[in-house]
Parts: sequence; C-alpha cells; structure tokens
Amino acid sequence: MSPTARYKPSLLIQIRELARRSIMRTVRQPASIVPATLFPLILLAINSSGLDATTEIPGFPTDSYVTFALAFAFLQAGVFAVVGTGQNLAEDQVNGFFSRLQLTPIRPAALVAGQLAGTLALGLFQASSYIAVGLIAGGSIEAGIPGALVLIALATLITLAFGSIGLIAGMRASTPENVQGIFPVLFVFLFMSSMALPRDLIQTDWFRTVATYNPVSYMIEGIRSLLITGWDGEALALGFGFATVILVIALTVATASIKSRMVRA
Amino acid sequence: MRRYVSVAGGLARRLLDLFISSPALFIPPLLMPIFFFTAFAGGLSAVDNTPGFDYPGGYTAFEFGFVLLQAAAFGGVFTGFSIAADFQFGFGRRLLLATPHRSALIVGYGIVALVRAAITLGVVTAIGLAAGMNVLGSGVDLVGMYGLAAIVNVAGTLFAAGVALRFRSLQATPLMMVPTFLFLFLAPVYVPRDLLAGWVGAVSDYDPATHIMETGRELLAGQPADFLAALAIALGLVALLGVFAIRGLRQAEAAG
Repeated sequence: MSPTARYKPSLLIQIRELARRSIMRTVRQPASIVPATLFPLILLAINSSGLDATTEIPGFPTDSYVTFALAFAFLQAGVFAVVGTGQNLAEDQVNGFFSRLQLTPIRPAALVAGQLAGTLALGLFQASSYIAVGLIAGGSIEAGIPGALVLIALATLITLAFGSIGLIAGMRASTPENVQGIFPVLFVFLFMSSMALPRDLIQTDWFRTVATYNPVSYMIEGIRSLLITGWDGEALALGFGFATVILVIALTVATASIKSRMVRA
Repeated sequence: MRRYVSVAGGLARRLLDLFISSPALFIPPLLMPIFFFTAFAGGLSAVDNTPGFDYPGGYTAFEFGFVLLQAAAFGGVFTGFSIAADFQFGFGRRLLLATPHRSALIVGYGIVALVRAAITLGVVTAIGLAAGMNVLGSGVDLVGMYGLAAIVNVAGTLFAAGVALRFRSLQATPLMMVPTFLFLFLAPVYVPRDLLAGWVGAVSDYDPATHIMETGRELLAGQPADFLAALAIALGLVALLGVFAIRGLRQAEAAG
C-alpha cells in the first residue's frame, strides 16, 4: 500500500475542505443568494406597510409593525436554507460527487458539517442584512447592541436547524427539483404561527391552538422579544430551546442517512 | 377551425392526464392559495377590530377577495411552468413542428390553467363556506366575481406563457412568479386601501389588481361595485399580455 493510500486526513481537515467548497459554492450562486435574501425583505416591506393599521388593535405590543414583522424575515431565511442546502446535497448525489467521496476516507460528520458551512455563511449574511435594513426602515432593537448579537446567534442557530432539515430532504430527493416540493409544506409552518399577530391577539381559536403547538411561533417570539421587549429570558429560552431540539434531531437523522448512503457503495 | 380546436384540446387533455398520473405536479400549487387563505383569514381575524375596518362581510370574506385573485393568477403562472418544462425538454419543439396554427398551443395551455383555477377556487370556496364566510352578494354578483377571476386567470396564463416561450427553461420560473406576486401583494391584501400606510398605500392606487380585487370584494358583499371598470381593466390586461404571449411564441418559433 502506498503512503498516499494510507493517508487519512483528520476530521478537522475534512470539515475544513468541505466547508470551503460549500462556502465557495454558495458565494458563486448569486441566483440562490439574491432571492433568498431579497424575498423576505420584499415581504417585510409589503407586510409592514399593509398591516401597519393592526398596531392600533388594543394590546398590540409595539407601534411599529416593521419592528414586529422583522422577526418573520429571519424565519423565512430558514426556509430558504432548507431548500438551498437540500438542493446542493441532491445535486451532489445526481452529479456523482457523492459517489466519488465514497472512494475517500471521508467521515459522515465531516460531510454534514461541510455541507452546512455554506448555509451558515448565507445565514450570517442574511441576519446582518435584515438587521441593517430593519433599522434603516424605522425598526428598533429594544435589547440594544448586545441584543443584536444574541439575535444574530439565534437566527444563525435557526438557519442551521432548518439547513439540517434540508440535508434530510436532499438525501431523500432523487433530483434537486424534488427538494422544491417541500417549500409549500414549510410555508405552512411559517404561516400557521404567530408571524402576523401576537398569539394572544389571534381571535380564531383553532388557529391560536395550532400556533401554540407550532415550534416556529416560539422561534419567532424569541427573536421578537429582543426587538420589542428587551431581555425576556423565557422567550429566549424557548426560542433557543426549540431551535436546538430541531437541530439535534435533524442532524441525527441526516447523519444516519448519510452514513447509510456511504455504506451502500 | 376543427384542427385548431383538436390541437388545443389534445394538448390540454395531455397535461390534465399528467396531473392525474402525477399529483405531485398539481397538489402543491393547489395548496398554496389554501394556505394563504387559512393563514390570513385565521391568523389575522383580529384585523376586523382595527379602527376604520368596515367591510360588511367580515375578515374571512375580505381575505377571500384576495385569495380568489391569487388562485386565478397563479393557476396561470403554474401552467407557465409546464410550458417552460415542455420547451426545455424538447416536447415544445415537436409541438411547434406538428401544429399549423400555433396559437392553438397557447389556447390549450389556457384551458389547463382554467381547469386548474376552477378546481382550486372550488376548494377554497368550500373552505371559506365551511369557515363561516359571509356571502352577502346575489347570484349575479357571484357570477361577476368568478367571471373576473376567470379573466385574471387568462391574463396570468398569457403572462407566464410569454415568459416561458421567451426563455424556454424552468430557470425562468422566478420571472413568472415574482411579478405576479408583486402584482397581487401591492394591492390592499390585508386591509382596505384607506387603511394602507406608507409606500404600498401610494403604489396600490396604480396597481390594476387593486381595482379588480376591490370589485370582487364588493360583489361578494353585495355592495355597489364598479364592475364595468374592473372588467375593462381585466380585459385590457388580457389584450396586452396576449400580445406579449404571441410575441413570445414567435420568438420560440424563430429559435426553432
């Protein structure tokens, strides 16, 4: 056996190389970055103008709908993370990159971390953009600069959690187009939440119940608490908690899927 | 004329058969307006209490006015995806070779879009009625309302066909969706126009969808409506987008 054949790079090197590829791939796809970043901003602009009158409903927590609606933009970025990550992984399967990797001593954990690096980079860019645009549009962050940093951390965790769901979708899809099919399903989770009104102001009973059981509500409310309330430990704990639970479950399933795919070779 | 109808009908039948055999192609677009209707009518029902909100049918009926147009317009747009796919994978080129009167192709796709929108609107209407939507308009009012939706569906199909025939690739799907999305969302989607604030309030006056949506809502609530003006706007859109679609067809022909 030649020395080259015996060489097995450490997990860190494997992750670094795959992460670099994933980030470069994301950067080189403006067709993915632009809609994923702009679409939530367009919806923010339309909703904050169209629903501004709702701030006059008694009990509405702020007089700025831009500030209220800003939280939703971060969650929409999460949905794009699912589709983007899933499509990239599905493409890797279709174009043979995955099969070539099977010939190398790559570890599934490196593959998962590497694939999520591009998602993480895009998530950080989106979070920073939304905060900047939100502030320019008249929004505010009640928790101040430290709150903005916590907001970026929570938004990034959410993007990673959704990106991990994308890994599962990408592993199960036979073509990149198939990943698009889950887009409407994800939008159900977004819309059936407290995205447009606080839960206590939702009048329709069944909708309020659905929103209460929907984890997306708590992630939105975690972000929203930093924007509107300041430091709300319970809202932040629920937001970080649900995002972490989704991340752990999705990563476990995705890693298992990738492991079984690597074995099938 | 018989050959023209035969081509349009054959093409429509092929796509409708495809939808039956592959529900994955048909169901997501069907679900989209249902999600919007459920989320807006359910999640935003408190908007009813906003000072100045005076729509007599209540918030569910108010949102139905938006979803009606959305389902109609997107029924056309999603059919545009089918046109793009047919041309990307070579079927469209064979259709052009086999068809003497090629505008029959657009008519065929248009029939599919109408069937698609009719099914979606049927489902959305059933959900609205089950949710207790107030229908205060008369039968004639409702015929007018669904008639306007049908014309918007034709306009949506012609727009999407124009884009699809120019690009002949599924990569053009955002170019079909985003303008349609803006066309709809720059109208008074959540609250009446006089409650809109900021730039959307200013832009909505010039959005043709505003007048069609408001007329639909007035008809649903049995209020006096400027139906003829809305009809003229909708037919004007069809005329303009018809030219856009035919010119797209000529470009597809020239590309061979």
